[in-house]
Amino acid sequence: MTVIVAIPVLVIIASLSQPFSSTWQHLADTVLIDYISNSLLLMVGVGFGTLILGVSAAWLTAMCDFPGRKILSWAFLLPMAMPAYIIAYTYTGILDFAGPIQSTLRTTFDWGYGDYYFPQVRSLGGAICMLSLVLYPYVYMLVRIAFLEQSTAVLEASRNLGKKSWQTFFSVAIPMSRPAIVAGVSLALMETLADYGTVAYFGVSAFTTGIFRTWYGLGELTTAAQLCAFLLLFVFALIMAERWSRQRLRFHHNSANKKLVRMQLKGWHAYTALLTGCFIVGLGFVIPATQLVIWASSRWQENLNGAFLSLLLNSFSLAAIAAICCVVVATFLAYTKRVFNSRLELGAVGIASLGYAVPGTVIAVGVLIPVAWLDNKIDFLSRAWFDIPTGLLLSGTIGILVFAYVVRFLSVSLNTVESGLSAIKPSIDESARSLGAGPGQVLKRVHLPILRSSLLTAALLVFVDVLKELPTTLILRPFNFNTLAVRTYELASDERLVDAALPALAIIVIGLLPVLLITKSILNERASHE
Amino acid sequence: MPRRSALLNAALGVVFPLLAFVIAPTLSYGDELNIYSARQESLIKPLLDRFTILTGTKVNLVTGKGDALLTRLKSEGFNSPADVLLTVDAGRLYRAQKAGVLRPISSEKLNLAIPAHLRSTENQWYGLSIRARVIIYAPERVNGSELSTYEALSDPSWQGKLCIRSSSNIYNQSLVAGMIASQGMEKTEVWLKGFVANFARAPAGGDRDQIKAVAAGQCDVAIVNSYYLGGMINSDDKGQQEAASKVNLFWPNQRDRGTHINISGAGITQSAKNLESAKGLLVFLANDESQRWYGETNNEFPVRPEVEVSKTLSAWGPFTADQLNVGKLGQYNADAIMAMDRAGWK
Repeated sequence: MTVIVAIPVLVIIASLSQPFSSTWQHLADTVLIDYISNSLLLMVGVGFGTLILGVSAAWLTAMCDFPGRKILSWAFLLPMAMPAYIIAYTYTGILDFAGPIQSTLRTTFDWGYGDYYFPQVRSLGGAICMLSLVLYPYVYMLVRIAFLEQSTAVLEASRNLGKKSWQTFFSVAIPMSRPAIVAGVSLALMETLADYGTVAYFGVSAFTTGIFRTWYGLGELTTAAQLCAFLLLFVFALIMAERWSRQRLRFHHNSANKKLVRMQLKGWHAYTALLTGCFIVGLGFVIPATQLVIWASSRWQENLNGAFLSLLLNSFSLAAIAAICCVVVATFLAYTKRVFNSRLELGAVGIASLGYAVPGTVIAVGVLIPVAWLDNKIDFLSRAWFDIPTGLLLSGTIGILVFAYVVRFLSVSLNTVESGLSAIKPSIDESARSLGAGPGQVLKRVHLPILRSSLLTAALLVFVDVLKELPTTLILRPFNFNTLAVRTYELASDERLVDAALPALAIIVIGLLPVLLITKSILNERASHE
Repeated sequence: MPRRSALLNAALGVVFPLLAFVIAPTLSYGDELNIYSARQESLIKPLLDRFTILTGTKVNLVTGKGDALLTRLKSEGFNSPADVLLTVDAGRLYRAQKAGVLRPISSEKLNLAIPAHLRSTENQWYGLSIRARVIIYAPERVNGSELSTYEALSDPSWQGKLCIRSSSNIYNQSLVAGMIASQGMEKTEVWLKGFVANFARAPAGGDRDQIKAVAAGQCDVAIVNSYYLGGMINSDDKGQQEAASKVNLFWPNQRDRGTHINISGAGITQSAKNLESAKGLLVFLANDESQRWYGETNNEFPVRPEVEVSKTLSAWGPFTADQLNVGKLGQYNADAIMAMDRAGWK
């Protein structure tokens, strides 16, 4: 299974065996340095952005108590339902030179172009802000679970030893949550590297821009795939370096989940916490969503019709199938890794989970080429042996699309399942085994109940990601098959934002349903422990 | 463990209907016509529906980026279900021709209807609508008589006054490719250097954003596809209408080679199973009714000069278009990008 999932990524890496064309010389002479430095800056920016936003949101809602905490604990997830390119469009609409804010400033103070300073939305900094705002929920979600599952005994011990709460935070809680923090930030960073919509709209020459210019513009698919392969090797090296650096560290703990005592925030502390929360959610969700509602409300009667309902159904079903498949595959892989723990297996799983850092269109090509090859081979053999043409069995079906989603989003589910699994001490397995349980029973009766919230989280993350997914869907889908993301993109790319707002809102609303359901279930579980 | 079995039941309840959903679309498409289209759905589906009503042939559609669809077509090969490839620029059609996925067709009707410079010299693809790249200016700050050609915009007098989108945009690539085809690389590089030095801001956003920037005073002139201005003039959005009313359209290069144009067009694939139907569709897309529809719906110009144009388009007056075969735009596309990279056009 690992091998099948790894094939598309391997197809891309295999492009390195092709001869390097003269295009490389041109790229190296002109734009390559720009692509690399912009992508690195983007990574550093989004890395810090999501880390700060995600960890502080998780700490506030998991470890502190203040008025509004319960609402904020799920509201912090809202920006996740917002596709990055949509938030980019809305903020550009609001903050651009020709937008309402700057226009009002100009008419009020009678300024002209160049008379005043206003930060440029469409810039590298702008892209960092947009991506951080919609990607921090990955960090928040995983780290919050980690904080909640952290042994209260350890935190209490730290406090009893006279550490202040912020010292406990930095010297105990953060280091102990490292797998979750790393998992969350690396998801955010991989998504950043794969992003094309936002950087292209903002005119930032990032590495993905380079990949697509080389493919679409220069017509050099091989060179584009080679660029992508280098991107993958870079990501792989980063992941391995991080794994290596925490090789000898273990993060499980002994004590069961005791009742968690939250720090009561009072007075201005409570207000600051509440305001910070509202600020984050406001920027990441409320403001852009309001803009979308304003746009959508002017045209909803014409856009809301039967075709729109089929979009809803298609998007929902696809996301649900892909979420289930991803979680099943991820659980399987995580266990193979835990049980066999061999170098080969680790490497294979590592490669299989790289798909998330690859722009969707490139993954699509990595899926398309081997699958179409297989289809044509089967057709050829079937003609030769039975004189029956089979045509293309997989290409152009929902099946190939789901396969591509699994390749692309495996990392999301795998990281989540693994970070959940890392909290289960191997000695638990051993005790269960010594009491006569087989490996299957250990999984079913010991691990699954413990992992339940991690598995649900993994499914939710994939569900929302597939809902927003555009490029893979666009190229691999069957005839006459549209999704909300496809419709949103087609309208937005034609610069018809007003019409694009309704399907965009639908993505957000459908994405919110599982967010609410699962937060509730995680909260309930917590309550049942207490 | 009642909770877990409920979860399992729910999961099974979801999985089985979804499996049916996965398998259903693999049923074959028989005698229908299958189209891979880089033209987005809302700008082609109404015409296809009309074709179905007239001929009874059902049309199936996948839309996407031109090169992605071309890659899909190439890897599916002989077994590809696609009959027709539709694109929104000549470069992709040229590339499809080079990749050997299009088949030459002989159609007296098409060859008579569509001017020679708007179709492939080997009858592998045909232009179906024209997209003109024009100069937009703010009459408050620029006198129309100061404008003449694309070339003249590289003059230092325009420093800090020019807005244009990124060089990743295909229509900018075609503009430069067209210039390389007519002026040669050396002259084009000199022009690019001066042109890029005149940018008012780093290229970002789409064509409508450039028009808005001219209207708001961030720059004095911009180069955009004319249908975006048409779209803004006819928009429901007050802001867009207002911005459009503050700018004028100028037809560049009227005294020499003519305004740069690109096409949307189509070709029939090598794997096409329904050749006659596919040909029928191309003829239909070139008929009077369809040609007028391009203008009325998306403010594009007809490929057949005798077809009358919409009110918005006729208000801009007649223009002379570049007579260069649009296939050349594809031929010089890679050269154009490299030249733009060297000139530092982001």
